[in-house]
Amino acid sequence: MTSMTKDAALTPEQLAEVVAADIPAGAYVNLGIGQPTLVSNYLTPEDDVTLHTENGMLGMGGEAHGDEVDPDLINAGKIPVKETDGCSYFHHADSFAMMRGGHLDCCVLGAFQVDRAGNLANWHTGKPDAIPAVGGAMDLATGAKQTFVMMTLTAKNGQAKLVENCTMPLTGVGCVSRVYTDQAVFLIEGDGRVVVRETFGCDFEAVQELVPFPLERSE
Amino acid sequence: MLTIVDSAAQAVEPITDGSTVMIGGFGVAGQPVELIDALIEQGATDLTVVNNNAGNGDVGLAKLIQLGRVRKIICSFPRQSDSYHFDAKYHAGEIELEVVPQGNLAERIRAAGAGIGAFYTPTGYGTPLAEGKETRELDGKMQILEFPITADFSLTKALTADKAGNLVYRKTARNFGPIMAAAARTSIVQVSDVVERGALDPEVVVTPGIYVDTVVSIPDPAVGHA
Repeated sequence: MTSMTKDAALTPEQLAEVVAADIPAGAYVNLGIGQPTLVSNYLTPEDDVTLHTENGMLGMGGEAHGDEVDPDLINAGKIPVKETDGCSYFHHADSFAMMRGGHLDCCVLGAFQVDRAGNLANWHTGKPDAIPAVGGAMDLATGAKQTFVMMTLTAKNGQAKLVENCTMPLTGVGCVSRVYTDQAVFLIEGDGRVVVRETFGCDFEAVQELVPFPLERSE
Repeated sequence: MLTIVDSAAQAVEPITDGSTVMIGGFGVAGQPVELIDALIEQGATDLTVVNNNAGNGDVGLAKLIQLGRVRKIICSFPRQSDSYHFDAKYHAGEIELEVVPQGNLAERIRAAGAGIGAFYTPTGYGTPLAEGKETRELDGKMQILEFPITADFSLTKALTADKAGNLVYRKTARNFGPIMAAAARTSIVQVSDVVERGALDPEVVVTPGIYVDTVVSIPDPAVGHA
């Protein structure tokens, strides 16, 4: 059995490249704030992926700098962005109807915890004095055709973030289909089974040691 | 009927204590800065405010909260790095907070403008934000019942109005403008420019004038804080 080392883990950039390779050509995609935003760096024009930002734009381009910055053109993270040819603008209810109506092919979100049933916890740590703030996470998680999670497999305290049952307040029920982590990619099958599709610099047993329920090998 | 007024102060004059006020904008885009400043100056208090956030820094909505004029806020994302005035009021128990998933917020505002009594949605089912709400299985999915958010007034920003009250917006500054204008009993809009009837292409009008009550021209609006 290979022992787990820090060296075995992918960097966030390497993981973003893995996620980008799994986004189907021609897809409409929403990338969550934070690490998932990195995925856009690995999408090429040939992929023909259209990025959605929930404040009201399809065809979002890259970050704007210097003279390109326009205060009327920002993304959901409130960062100035650029247009692409063929982009469009719409109001907030239309923007969320795109998620809620199942029109978005895929969203990529960060997470505090995902469990074997595909439940997602990513908005609230559950601390009683924390101010709750949810934004669009629940709409994205529940509405997109596929919800991918991108996270480290373990938290800073060493505890697994892929768990038997989420202990933190949920964002969505049974919504996650894949979990991309620095150690492995997991497929959530929907019936409680979780399949390890691939591992990064370590083997199945090493990943299993980190996850507190039985995993399955890919065929 | 549309009224075109000369100043932001005149535009917000009818807002009374205890009103529910929707305020447009997402980040700096679409923030009706001059209308919010006029409301701060005007003095109405005990307000319920509907906005995506709960103010940033020391200006605009944050200032209104700091002054103790907001009794309740309905929003999706109050906690931000510089939402310290809201945070302080919240921890002191001096402001009521209703956190709503952003899509439910938008759809509840839209529903108010469209006369929809309530709607079911899967968003939020199984989460703490659905506690106490009616649920029902529809189309094989568990869904929760959500009610419209109505308002006495809306303060929003558009790019241009014509004298029929038709509005066009600019880029992502559109955000909550169209749905808030429709949801509020009195919609107050600041624009950079008011043009004659016929000067806007009817094919590109985003908010038809029927939703607009008061327009004020603010030619060089300040960029908001966020």
